[in-house]
Amino acid sequence: MNNRILMMGNEAIARGLVEEGCSLATSYPGTPASEILPGIAKWKSELSLPLHVQWAVNEKIAFEIAYAGSIAGLRTAVSMKQVGLSVASDPLMSAAYMGVKGGFIIISADDPGPHSSQTEQDSRLMAMFAKVPVLDPSTPREAKECIALAYELSEAFEIPVLLRPTTRVCHASQDIALGEIHTINRERGFQKEPARWAATPKFRYLLHRALNDKLAAIAGWQKTAPRLLNPDVTSTKAIVTSGVAAAHTRDIMGDLELWEKVAVYQVIQPYPLHTGFISMLLKTYNEILVLEETTGVIEMQLARRDKIRGKMASAVPEAGELLPEVIEQLIADFAQVTRRPLPAPPAVPGRRPSLCPGCPHRASFFAIKKAIPHSTSIYASDIGCYTLGLNLGAIDTFLCMGASISEAAGFYHAYRQMNKETNIVATIGDSTFFHAGIPALVDAVVQDARFVLVILDNSTTAMTGNQPTPATGVGACGDATSKVAIEDIVKSCGVTFCEIGNPYLLPEFTDLLKKANKHSTTEGLAVVIARYPCLVDKRSKGSRLPGAPITISEECDGCRYCVKEFECPALEFDEQTKKTHVNTLLCTGCGICIHVCPKKAIGKG
Amino acid sequence: MRQQILLSGVGGQGILFITRLLAEAAIYKGFPVLTSETHGMAQRGGTVLSHLKVGPFTSPLIRPGQADGLILLKAENLARHRFFLKPGGWIVVNAPSRPEGAEDIYWIDADTLAEQTGNHQSVNLIVLGCALSRVEQQSKGQHSLFYSLNDVTAVLRQRLAQRERLLNNALHALTLGAEEGK
Repeated sequence: MNNRILMMGNEAIARGLVEEGCSLATSYPGTPASEILPGIAKWKSELSLPLHVQWAVNEKIAFEIAYAGSIAGLRTAVSMKQVGLSVASDPLMSAAYMGVKGGFIIISADDPGPHSSQTEQDSRLMAMFAKVPVLDPSTPREAKECIALAYELSEAFEIPVLLRPTTRVCHASQDIALGEIHTINRERGFQKEPARWAATPKFRYLLHRALNDKLAAIAGWQKTAPRLLNPDVTSTKAIVTSGVAAAHTRDIMGDLELWEKVAVYQVIQPYPLHTGFISMLLKTYNEILVLEETTGVIEMQLARRDKIRGKMASAVPEAGELLPEVIEQLIADFAQVTRRPLPAPPAVPGRRPSLCPGCPHRASFFAIKKAIPHSTSIYASDIGCYTLGLNLGAIDTFLCMGASISEAAGFYHAYRQMNKETNIVATIGDSTFFHAGIPALVDAVVQDARFVLVILDNSTTAMTGNQPTPATGVGACGDATSKVAIEDIVKSCGVTFCEIGNPYLLPEFTDLLKKANKHSTTEGLAVVIARYPCLVDKRSKGSRLPGAPITISEECDGCRYCVKEFECPALEFDEQTKKTHVNTLLCTGCGICIHVCPKKAIGKG
Repeated sequence: MRQQILLSGVGGQGILFITRLLAEAAIYKGFPVLTSETHGMAQRGGTVLSHLKVGPFTSPLIRPGQADGLILLKAENLARHRFFLKPGGWIVVNAPSRPEGAEDIYWIDADTLAEQTGNHQSVNLIVLGCALSRVEQQSKGQHSLFYSLNDVTAVLRQRLAQRERLLNNALHALTLGAEEGK
């Protein structure tokens, strides 16, 4: 055995933060960034480190807490997925101007593909927009090394530094050596300086100029300068690459035997791109291939269109992941070498994801369709596991975190303008409700928007790995915290109809939804809290109803209603017998399907 | 040592667990290792794909036509993921019967074996065990694996050190797969 351990990219980032003396870490969960904070919490618990680690209600709040920690003098970090940085963009823009004291790292994980996101947005563009430097690691090991570099850069220039890993770095794992943990004692505290920390527009202008000076200096800082990977090469062609595209490129250069033929530069800091590097590159090479994900951020800063082969010249795909097979083709064409024939992927689609067997959301969606039929309704939904309600025909639109409620309000106002009638049902998860749903609910009440809001409360942030919500009463390290009850918030927003139902009791729950819909069409906004714990949440084991084996009788005539309308993975249609059967490996015995079958063929065995 | 293995199944079958087990076995043997996994939305019962690369690689992804072997926990993934296999590579698949028209495939009915042992969650380890005995023995030395049954057992013992029941179940499933594979 040796001192290397297997670490996921996110765990490597967490370990890097701990080793470099991060004293305050915050986050809101989101794929592919969710494992960073638990990684920090793990070391805090194991090594009893003096460190504040917390999940925040949303990314904006997470950002602001970590930022204040930094201007109080500590090394801090905030982590999130890329769309979370959109939520936190307001403090980001302003923090860039005000700058930092203790090192401050913003980790925004991108998801080219996308695999588990609404967009393929490139956080490096956000760094450019905010005018902060961004580092772009290519492997988990490099992501860990970038933490030390980012803290040094942040403190040298008193500026927030963005770290932009992508899914293939976050969720890749690698053998990584544990380093020493540096404890940094900082007790100076917040130093009052109103012209900076409370700058009015006049002072903001000065801060902006100071920021521009910092960026110009950072574009000459040698520690983050691009690295020539094959220093012995002389060539007229160069490849410039960053992020995981650089990792793919390294392997492919070897396979195509090009290390002695084409220069390869790895860019660690895509923005600001080093000015010396830009002039050297454009002077030395005739043709330059730029390989980066997802937008041409490096390319944009290389202002010689005649020499650059990249996204802006449509030589490199502008959307989707830059898979190694795509890069192999691009490099082979660029170097004018032949490559092996590539086996094409078959036209067999992957199995689509579905809500888990026994998931309470499936019951809630089925009840919504029964009580407030789709043909007469608009279903607005939100971001979470329950977005999979799409498969059940229970979602017409979803936009971003919290938008189900504001979109439902918007549909109400629009239909009123058109003198048209429709039922409107919004579905939102408990964590998403806390994240961005509360202001939307206040607005809907004030503007008298009328619809049914179903808060799918499974007492956890399920999709990203069962992180606690503010209603759970558990912190990032498993410690007890105060709790905030969803129903208390709903009522204090001024909602007069707020009832809690258990979706596992399907007939009663369906009746409750009918009552809520009646209220919303005659009285005003109605809120139903669908409360039943997530089945994959280990914390909730004690609060579940007992299950029983499910059987299907001879009454089953193979109508497929259960398979189509309920889509439980444990109910499989047998093409030979033309009947549904229960997959006992998957069935949880929740028994909700008993109420679903129109032929009454499903029962407890 | 350079070995690239693709593992696939559907969410919930434990693809991530056996990928990590093999990656830790690689570290145990002193080799550099990289893996890439599927998380989030794609994990909820959808197709799950893991890449495992042992040796001096920097990219975590296997390119089409370059995998030395495939370990498939679902027979339906044979059609879907076969294009990753290099010419002459090996495949171990969990299937109720021998998949048609495929001679280089080692199959095992791990679903039935798992049900017989009463441990539904052990399909992944049964197939992994089967890969251990079949790939090397049946290919008559044509293929080799970077790990042995002892390596995986050592990693399992370390991982599940405090959880005796889980460890025993895991070791039982692994050995069962290896025995069936002979």
